Amino acid sequence: MKTPRLLTSALIFSALLPISASATNSPTTITIQVTNLTHGIYFTPLLVAAHDSATELFEVGETASANLQAMAEGGDIAGLEVDMINAGATYVTNPATGLLAPGQAVTTHLDPDGTDNDYLSIVAMLLPTNDGFVGLDSIAIPTEPGTYTFYLNAYDAGTEANDELLNPGAGGAPGVAGIPAAPGGDAGTVGTGAAGADNHSMVHVHRGVLGDTDAIGGNSDLDSRIHRWLNPVAKVELTIHNP
Amino acid sequence: MKLFIKTTLVAVCAVGSAMLISGCDNNGVKRYEIGVTNITNNQPMSPPALILHADGYSGWQVGNAASGGLERLAESGDTSDFVDEATNHASALTQQMGDSLVLPGQTATYSLMVTPADRRTSTGEGLGFTLATMLVNTNDAFVGVDSIDIDGLERGDELVLLARVYDAGTEENLETAGTIPGPAGGGEGFNAARESSDMVTLHSGVVTRSDGLSSSALDQSHRFDNPAAKVVIKRL
Repeated sequence: MKTPRLLTSALIFSALLPISASATNSPTTITIQVTNLTHGIYFTPLLVAAHDSATELFEVGETASANLQAMAEGGDIAGLEVDMINAGATYVTNPATGLLAPGQAVTTHLDPDGTDNDYLSIVAMLLPTNDGFVGLDSIAIPTEPGTYTFYLNAYDAGTEANDELLNPGAGGAPGVAGIPAAPGGDAGTVGTGAAGADNHSMVHVHRGVLGDTDAIGGNSDLDSRIHRWLNPVAKVELTIHNP
Repeated sequence: MKLFIKTTLVAVCAVGSAMLISGCDNNGVKRYEIGVTNITNNQPMSPPALILHADGYSGWQVGNAASGGLERLAESGDTSDFVDEATNHASALTQQMGDSLVLPGQTATYSLMVTPADRRTSTGEGLGFTLATMLVNTNDAFVGVDSIDIDGLERGDELVLLARVYDAGTEENLETAGTIPGPAGGGEGFNAARESSDMVTLHSGVVTRSDGLSSSALDQSHRFDNPAAKVVIKRL
């Protein structure tokens, strides 16, 4: 009988630690390395947060909060940062000082010692998409020293149509259609639209972008040869240090 | 083998001493609440089959042919034969068929329990969980988890699984309206003839007419990536 693999390279069976009576104690320092595994997608400034069990940034199958929507549609993490402050979270913003390009990795540290911040979450917008984001949802931070690897999926916030059309700048505001930027300079223009509204408005696994090969016109301003991905889109390596 | 779930005593609880043994309650009955969330955009899931079983049962194996029950489930969403196969298996414990579709973005919750009577009629040790549901806007795609070990869950413990999409290998992925039973096609579900590959594999995704398959009944909204479902198992 198979057991889900929690702490190795399995994307799909990433099970949370059970909630049990013996509460975990926050480790002293944790190091988090995030790698962008994609071919042509950039991550906007990351929010990396250790928080308590009552706090979460997002949940699949539930609607996005307004602050999550702002991040997913425009890469704006200011609202989520306020949520983290209010929750007493231990967090870092923008560790890569800007965009995290395809293939690149960034390392940061958190010190949740002395707090109840036993769960780790990470979010960033996926550029160029309409409202796609990479996310880690509340994994219990291990307490045994060592390095643990998790793989992250691309999610769709469910708040914007995946029209795949560039709307530079303006498209990043919540509720405004379009993709705010294509950082690689590799998107097209004057597409007619790849899709209407999502089928529902819950956060869900992103179905991927289509793109096309028509730089001026076609349905999409994205390039099918550059901007597609398959899950996972990010690798997270979490190192728990000896106290 | 159990990396993160505390090991407990073997799960059989003797009636009469039930109150004294950790993990036993209510005369040895173990109760579970299972939530299934459809995290696709536009692929309704057929009413799921939920199976609790001992060692020795498996719903499918990648590389092997699908059982007749799995073929019918994957092609038409009808779980009755798949559940019958599980019920008749020597390691059977308990089974449930969902009574309605799980729509994209929605969560359905099921309650199952394993009783000492179930144990007495079952061979094999341990406790495993298997789930299968069809993506209805496909030819023979199903979402599932196979033989997940939940024997170590204690009361109040929760296990979260992310389920991937499989191809039953029993029907060609033509994506034509006549071969897709879901709303996108309105076509045929089960067909006893099998395609030549005839083995379960991971699904390669749907192409759709939005991506150049002009004969497809599907559009870009029907595309999906892994995982397609989140499953939360809670021992009550």
